[in-house]
This record gives sequence, C-alpha cells and structure tokens, in this order.
Amino acid sequence: MHYMIVGAGPSGVIACETIRKMDKNAKISLISGQCEPPYSRMAIPYFLEEKIAEKGTYLRHDENYFSDQNIGIVSQAVTQVDSSNDNVILANGEVLSYDKLLLATGATAISPPIAGIDLNNVHNCWTLEDARNIAAKAVPGSSVVLMGAGFIGCIILQSLLKRGVKLTVVEMGVRMVPRMMDDVAGALLKSWCESKGVTIMTSQQVTSINAVNEGLIVDLKDANSLNADLVICATGVKSNIDFLENSGINIDQGIVVNEFLQTNINNIYASGDVAQGLDFSDQSQHVQAIQPTAVEHGRIAAINMVNNNCCIHRGSVNMNILDTMGLISTSFGQWMGVPDGEQSILLDKDNYLYINLQFDGDYLVGVSSLGHTQNIGVVRGLIRGKVKLGVWKKRLMNNPNRLMEAYLASSLSQA
Amino acid sequence: MSWAGKLLRVNLTNGEITSEMLNEQWKNDYLGARGLASKYLSEEIDPACDPLSPENKMIMATGPLTGTMAATGGRYVVVTKGPLTNCIACSNSGGFIGAEMKNAGWDMVIFEGKSPTPVYLYIENDQVELIAADDIWGTSVWHTDEWLHNKHQDPLLRIAAVGRTAENGCFYAGIVNDLHRAAGRSGVGTVMASKNLKAVAIRGTLGVGNLADPEGFMKAVNEGKAALAENPVTGQGLPAYGTQVLMNVINEIGALPTNNMKDVQFDGAHAISGEAMHEPRKSDGRPNLTTNAACFGCTIACGRISTIDQGHFSVENKSQYWGNSGGLEYEAAWALGADNGVDDLDALTYVNFVCNEEGFDPITFGATVAAAMEMYEDGDLTIEQTGGIAFNFGSAEALTKGAEWVAAGEGFGKDLALGSKRLCEKYGRPELSMTVKGQEFPAYDPRGIQGIGLNYATSNRGACHVRGYTVASEVLGIPEKTDPLTAEGKPGLVKAFQDATGAVDSAGLCLFTTFAWSLDNIAPQIEAACGGGWTAERLAETGERIWNLERDFNLKAGITSADDTLPERLRKEAAKTGPAKGIVSKVEEMMPEYYELRGWDSDGVPTDETRSRLGLKD
Amino acid sequence: MEKALVINPDKCTGCLQCELACSYENEGVFNPSKSRIKVFTFHQEGRFVPYTCTQCSDAWCQQACPVDAITLNLLTGAKEVNENTCVGCKVCTISCPFGTINYNQNTGKVIKCDLCGGDPKCVSACPTQAITYIDANQTGMEKMRQWATETDNSPSNSAANV
Repeated sequence: MHYMIVGAGPSGVIACETIRKMDKNAKISLISGQCEPPYSRMAIPYFLEEKIAEKGTYLRHDENYFSDQNIGIVSQAVTQVDSSNDNVILANGEVLSYDKLLLATGATAISPPIAGIDLNNVHNCWTLEDARNIAAKAVPGSSVVLMGAGFIGCIILQSLLKRGVKLTVVEMGVRMVPRMMDDVAGALLKSWCESKGVTIMTSQQVTSINAVNEGLIVDLKDANSLNADLVICATGVKSNIDFLENSGINIDQGIVVNEFLQTNINNIYASGDVAQGLDFSDQSQHVQAIQPTAVEHGRIAAINMVNNNCCIHRGSVNMNILDTMGLISTSFGQWMGVPDGEQSILLDKDNYLYINLQFDGDYLVGVSSLGHTQNIGVVRGLIRGKVKLGVWKKRLMNNPNRLMEAYLASSLSQA
Repeated sequence: MSWAGKLLRVNLTNGEITSEMLNEQWKNDYLGARGLASKYLSEEIDPACDPLSPENKMIMATGPLTGTMAATGGRYVVVTKGPLTNCIACSNSGGFIGAEMKNAGWDMVIFEGKSPTPVYLYIENDQVELIAADDIWGTSVWHTDEWLHNKHQDPLLRIAAVGRTAENGCFYAGIVNDLHRAAGRSGVGTVMASKNLKAVAIRGTLGVGNLADPEGFMKAVNEGKAALAENPVTGQGLPAYGTQVLMNVINEIGALPTNNMKDVQFDGAHAISGEAMHEPRKSDGRPNLTTNAACFGCTIACGRISTIDQGHFSVENKSQYWGNSGGLEYEAAWALGADNGVDDLDALTYVNFVCNEEGFDPITFGATVAAAMEMYEDGDLTIEQTGGIAFNFGSAEALTKGAEWVAAGEGFGKDLALGSKRLCEKYGRPELSMTVKGQEFPAYDPRGIQGIGLNYATSNRGACHVRGYTVASEVLGIPEKTDPLTAEGKPGLVKAFQDATGAVDSAGLCLFTTFAWSLDNIAPQIEAACGGGWTAERLAETGERIWNLERDFNLKAGITSADDTLPERLRKEAAKTGPAKGIVSKVEEMMPEYYELRGWDSDGVPTDETRSRLGLKD
Repeated sequence: MEKALVINPDKCTGCLQCELACSYENEGVFNPSKSRIKVFTFHQEGRFVPYTCTQCSDAWCQQACPVDAITLNLLTGAKEVNENTCVGCKVCTISCPFGTINYNQNTGKVIKCDLCGGDPKCVSACPTQAITYIDANQTGMEKMRQWATETDNSPSNSAANV
C-alpha cells in the first residue's frame, strides 16, 4: 500500500506518523513544496524574536527522523492531481502514483488587491522565507507598517518591537483580532498595544503603496499616508486548492470532506488548513486554519485511510491562544455567544483582565479571555465534552473564574 | 536566610508604601513572627497610646519557616496594641495567607496611621497598592472575600479581612483569613478597622527558598513529619476529632467551665463534643462533620469542615449557611456551649459560622453571653434590655440572637460587643466577668488545672491558653504528666511552656506540633533553614526574651502586678463536682515563685540582671 | 511495570505538601504557584481535589506541539517537556482538555508533570496517601483516561487501535 501525503505541515507529518504506527510496512511518501525540512508556522514569531534559530522551527528535530521512520520525502510542489489514474504530477513534470492520497497542502497568505502590494519591501508573514526577509529588513529605527491585526499580526508584534522598529498597525475591522475577540477585549488589546508604543489604527485600510526613493509611502483610506521602510501584510490566508482545478475533487473555500475527512473521491482525503472540516460548535463545514485542528485532522484522516473509515470526526473546537506582547488572550468555540444563550463576564480594565463565558442552556459553548492562562485547557474539555454543568452553571454565572472547579466537579462525577 | 529579608511599611494616613530591609540584629534576637513583630511594635509606638487611635500600629508578620515545607509552616501573626486588653496583642492564624505573604517576598507588613477613606491593600509580589474599599465597607468577611476574588479574577488570591463587627467597634473583632481561619483574639480586627483598612489581598509567586542547608532542611522536615504522624495526638486524635477531642476529656477531669464558670462540669458535654460531630443527625442522617482540613503545609489537619442541619431553627430560609464551612473547635464549642449551658450542636455551629462571617472571637463572645446570662438570671438585666429574649443559661435562642445582633451591631448586640469586662461594669457586676486583663478565659478551669490558671494570670495578652499550654502536661502527659490539682512545680512548668511557645510562634509554626515535638525537633528545622546556630537552648532563650519584651510593653502601658491574677470566683468559690471538688485556684500561692523564676521583682518588673541577661533595653 | 499516579480526593486534607514538594523539586523553591500538581478546594462541599496530568496515552499536548518539544519517556510513560525546544507558543495549553499543562510566564515555557523521572515527590510528601504511585493496571486512571477521550473525539475512541 502506498500512502501519499501532500504537504509537510503539522497535519501531513502527524498523518505520516499515524500511518506508520498502524502499518509498519506501508510505503509512505511525503511531498513537500518547500525546500526546508518540515517546519512550524507557530514557531515563526520566536524565530523573528531571535529566541530560536531556524532549526528551532522544525517539526521534528532529528536529522534522520523521516528516513528512520521510512517516510520518503519528495521536495517538489504538486501541480496537478489526476484522480482517475491515481497519479499526482509534480512541478518538475514527474508523475507519481499512489494508492491512497492525503491532501494537506495548507494555506497561503493572501494579499489585498491594491497597487504596490508586489513592491520589494512589502512582505507577507507566513513562510520561513517571509520571516527571513522581515528579519533582514526590520532593523532598529526603521518604520514598519503592519497590515492586519488578526492572529498572525498580533503574534509577531513582540518580535517586531524587540527589533527596535517604529510600528504602525492598520486594521480594516473595527477592532483588533475581530474574528477572535469581542469589542471589549479588542479595545483592551488595543490600549495594551498603545501602552507599549505601537500605533494601532482600526477601521482603517491601506489603499495603495508607493515606492519613493529608498522608502515606501502607504496611502490610507482616510487620505492620510504613512512613511515606511517595510510593509508586512498579514491580512488573511486561503486554502491551497488552486492546483485541484479539474482534478474531479469537490472544492469550495477549501476541499470539501465528509465525516471521515474523505473527499468525494474514495481514496483521497484532506486535512488541516486546506480541508473544509466540521466545526464542533455549529456543525458547519469550514476552514479553521488552526494548529490543533490540523493535527486532529491529520490523525483522523490517517486512521481512516488505513482502517477504512472507522473513525468519525465529530468536529473540531475552534480555539486560539495569542500572546500580544505579553498580554495573553484566548478564545474558544462560540465565544460570540448563541441565540438565547447566557453569558457570565468579568472585566478589570485597569489590569487587562477579562473573562467571558457563553452558555447554551446547561452547557458551556464559548469562552474568551484576557490575562488568564492557568488550566485554560479545561475550556476545551468542557465544550468538547459537552459537560452538563448542573449546579455549576449558576456558580459560573456568579463567578466565571471557577471554571476549573466546575470542570473537576463535573468530570469527576461523570468519570 | 529563609526570611524574605524585607518588610512593607504602609502609611495609611498618606498612602505611602515603602519597602525596608529586615533589621538583622532583631531577627537574630527575635526570630520572626510574634517575636520580631513585637520588637518592631515596641520600638515604634508608645505603649500608652490609645489602641484605636492612628498612633497605634498593626503588624502582620510571618516567621522564617512560614511558606516552607516544614509541617504547619503556614502561620502568621497580627501584633498590635489590643483594644480589649490595652496590652500588647499577638493573634496567630493558620490558613494560607501567611505563606502567601512570604511567597510574595515579604516577611511582614507594618500598617501605620489611619486611612481617610476605606481601603484594602493588594499585594502581588512587589506590586503593592492601596485600593478604595467603599464597595465592601459595611459588608461581611465572606462577602468581601468573594468580591475581591471576583474583582481580581484570581481564585488563588489569599484574603484576610475584617467584618462588620470590627467596623462597628466591637472590642473583640478578629481578622479572618481564607474564610474561616482567624487571628481571632484581643480585638486585632478592631484595630484594623479603626485604620479604615478593610482587607489585605495577597498573591505571591516568587517562591520561598534561600535555605541555609537545603538537604539538611528536607531531612529535618521529613523527620518532623514522621514524628507528627507517629504521635497519637497529632497523628490520630487531632485529625479525627480536631481540638474537640478534648471536650469529654476535660469534662471528665472536672475542668470544663460551665455557666459562666459557676460549675466545672457540663451535663451536655457529650452532645457538643468531637465525638458528637461524627454522629449522624436525626433529621438528615448526616454528621455535623464533613471532613478534616489542613492549613498550609500542615500534616496534622485538625481543622473541622462542617454543615448545619438545614432544618435547624437558626438557618431556616438562610441558604448561605447550608453549605460546608469552618466547624467548631474546642474553645469555640466550649465558650458558645458549656459556658452558656447550651448543648445544641447546630446552634453552636451556626454561631461559629457567623463569627467567621462577621469576624468576631467566639471565645470572648461566648463568655460575654455567659456573663449576660448570669446577670439576667440575677436580675441585673431585664428582658427589655436583652432585646425581648430571655437570657437564661441553656438558651440556644439567646445565643444565636446575640450573635446576630453583634454581627449587625444592633440592639443588645451593642452591649455584647463590649466584651464581658465592660458589660459587667456597665451593669454593676464587675466580679462576673471571667477575664484577666480584660480578656476572657478559654476552656480550661483553673480550679481543675492549676498550672493553666497561673498561665492565664500572667499571659501578656490577657487570659489565654495558647501562651503556655500546660494542659499538655497536666492532662495529656506531654512531655510528662503532672498532677493538675497541685500548684507544686507549676511556676516552672508555666515558664517553660510560655518560653517554648514564644519560639514556636516566632518560627511560623503551629503550636500543635508541640504535642509531638520539643524544641529539639524544631531547632534542626530552623537551623537548616536559617543558619546561624539555632539550638533548642537558644530558642528557649529567645522565647524568654520575647516574653520579657511583651511584659515590658505592658508595664509601660500601665499594667501592674495587681493585674496578674484571676477573678475572685476562681480563687474563692471551690469547684462543686468532679476530681477538683472543693478546690480553688492557688494562683496567689504560685505567683511569687513565678516572678522569681522569671527574674522579676516582687512588683512583676524584670530586674536589671534579667534585662542584661536577655539583652533588653532599660 | 509502568506505574501511574493515583489520586484519592477523599483522603486529601488540602495541606499543599504535594505542591510544595513539586515546586521544590522542579523550581528549587517552595512555590505552590509553580507546582505541576494543584489541589482544588471545594469550599461548599468540603472537599479537596489534588489534580495533575494523567499522562494520557493520546497526549493532546504532545500532538499539538508544533515543534516536538513534548516527548514520551519510555521508562516512566511520562510526557515530558523539553525546555530547550519549547518555544512558548502555548498551543498545548489550550489543547489539553484537562488543563494540566500550563504556561510559566517567568520562563516563557510550559510546565507539566513529568513524574519526577519515576520518583514523584508529591507522593512522598503526601501525609495521607491521597496521592500514590502504583502499578498502572490497577489504577482508576484508566477511567480518567476514558473520560478524557470522550471529551474529545479521539481517534482511539473508535475501533482503531493505534
């Protein structure tokens, strides 16, 4: 049996490992479009911060890890999938055949369609290559404009600041991390950033970028403009599905999959940032593009590839943890609440503390927080476990900080 | 070492907060907690000052072992001039806040002056601030605790607070920490509230270390823990029954003060005993006691966690008292029960909860109700004066109503909030106040246990059992049995217990370890933690130095040898029943020998020789 | 024979000796706030519950770690954090449905129970045997693990035997 995994991110690598554990003899090929060994995007901010070297971003550290696992690595991008003949075609024209295929090709940073986005000193912040470019250009004293105050944008603020740059963030939404936090938390995050010397512009947009002499002029929607030495674009990502046109595989925002993470073609599965998997909270299919989901997908898809769809994916809880220059925020599930739901909130603006629990009847369905890190994982346990809260619902309504107790009491009684 | 080496000075008058290095010499002379804080207080205030004026200071202090793994190493003390006694007050508490203070990097906090408006002190390591407490002023300890936990969004915040009683000027308000542990005696909470300080909230994450000999410390700690586990009192009796293990024992030997110390045995003793707390209630089949509980680092775990029968009259329609909370300890069970002739375990538990909730001392409260009951039965108080409720001995209703009135500061509660000395004086019966230096007796009758009577009479904070717990020897035979009915040899025994206790209280340890430990067990732990040559002898001498320092303070505050005595009842009215039948306290007989052993002159003043031997100032 | 920590909350008195021992072993100071085992107090119920990592076989933290900083100790079965590799991204802290891997702001890394290399200090410190370290097969830990798997749609919850 030849298992072929396309994409060497966390989802693809976990899939390879899972297959290897289940089948010692299978042939496993890992096709990677990048020239580096498999690395993690999550580690890029720490590379930028110079907390780790490039090697510190690698998914697996032993140089011979993949060959020891008997996983063959092919460093070529896949340009086409020929599902009727069970073949993939590589950028160099080579054709490889598979028995079962997993598409874990991830996502790519998108750039807004504005003039000047292709200029020399305008970069995304997504790949290791992007990070190298930013590291080289974000030098002390330089002016940097960061487009987008989403997850990626926020997570690199600290490293940029540490590099001694003058930083302006331009966010199109009305607040920071609009897809992760509500107005209250977004505003707190903004004032936190401002207190650290970062200029934050929300409800603002870059309309064009022009090269002038050595530098750049960034024009804004409100007709003002900013001078910059470097513009970093962190405005979002999209699934890497372009190469699947005419492959016969159903695609939408990402690759459409069923509850086994299987595509419409029987022997082709998809996982991670490219898969339009099930969201646990609202049972809709969409691309979450987060690390825990990528890993979960990789594992489940691999098991189903080896053991013929024995494992149902009941959906992944969307969740994020974000460290914005030391202020740690989290969001889980339906943090924005549900119709007729209830909420329990504590806010201490002066100390940047916030916790917001969202309930649907007797169940916790979403959480967002600022400044809370201890035992935070139980939020996933409570949401995903559909833990009936009973008396603890009222107690959490009175004091949302009693999450851990609620979890323990409920889990022990259900264990 | 093992000390954090720093203290916080909080000037409430002007809001200034400063950090100081701990005085090196003083910590070597006075060790920590009770000793060291008493030294600072003695140096910094005029002992003659009004305890409720801004001139008084209040010190919260830990010992060198507080916050370490030494068994029971979680104690902290509050030292100030007490309003109940006008003497130096040192009230000691367990729970968790002491260790938290140390973990935040502070050995002690000195509060001075008076805040113009209500505030609380928030400490998160070296971030310290005074924050407005208007929202919690006028509320209970329990409400304050919940409010602060919510406000700071931190379940692990440790909180010590005063309740409404302290704000209302009740003379025996305590400072309650961790909901149901308290620096309960002598009115230290009243001092805190007089400074407009509602609470202290601490979060420490720095860690306690800096041990002189880490390996030696862990060895000494483990040996100490093993000794506690093997000892029948600390290994079995206290975990199973708490201090309530004593109720039946003390009643048997005829030393359980009953009905304001008219009697020495109580018919209802069993009904309010530790054994009874284990027995299923008739109404719901559950026992009063849910579990035992430990303070920080304590391997004994004598604490009681209890519930009240939800059908009991005291908690009808009051669901806030239906859950578990800190249950009865022996002193409280005695003061609220036997001393009032009340044998209703649920009523006592309820009043105990209210004492924790609103921050007042159940010993003084119970004894004050007892005095009121005697005056009521004697006709000195009318039913109009007692709020329309008959204050007869045995009335659980009078007891529970009295507690509610004191908590709210209303009606007859205002009288009860005075403490028995002031109450009895007010109604013309001063001889009915069972107090020394204004503080009520604990649960051991000096007629049936002679040594403890001498300890009461000489205790520097007024009548107190935990200044020299000779009950250990006279009743339990620890470290060796002495005859409770004889005065012979007791002055020496009392002095030895008082001095050793001074050292234990100053180390940051709980006195209950001494059922199993002598200073020989404690010295190696302190030495390994602190270095500098701490031996059992030096600890005893340190205790003696502390005792004399406190005595000096009191003398300057106006105390004389005439105050070193017991109420006439105990000296003149013989015990009517039990082994002590026909016996009175021989405190006057013992006093001269005690003074001599202390190195004091016949007026109870330390001689020059004593001062110079202990390195005390003139 | 692989051993596991077994916790019996009924025996716990809430003394925190386990937290002291844990922090002393791992941090060199007595510091409950940095303990890998935590005792939770249920005041209303009068109950104390010591709680730490069950070293679950699915190891959510391990799988979620993007840089392979969490590895299996084959001798003890513990999932151990390699401090040098951990970048401090905290993804494991939201992935672990038990909440037993935590971020340490001081070091910028995560911390979790590593069974002290096979000699858990919380066990020797506990005065009431509320925490024991015994043969994994006899433990109720399996129950906890099963519950864990139900909290999340683990592959191993299905017929697959990975």
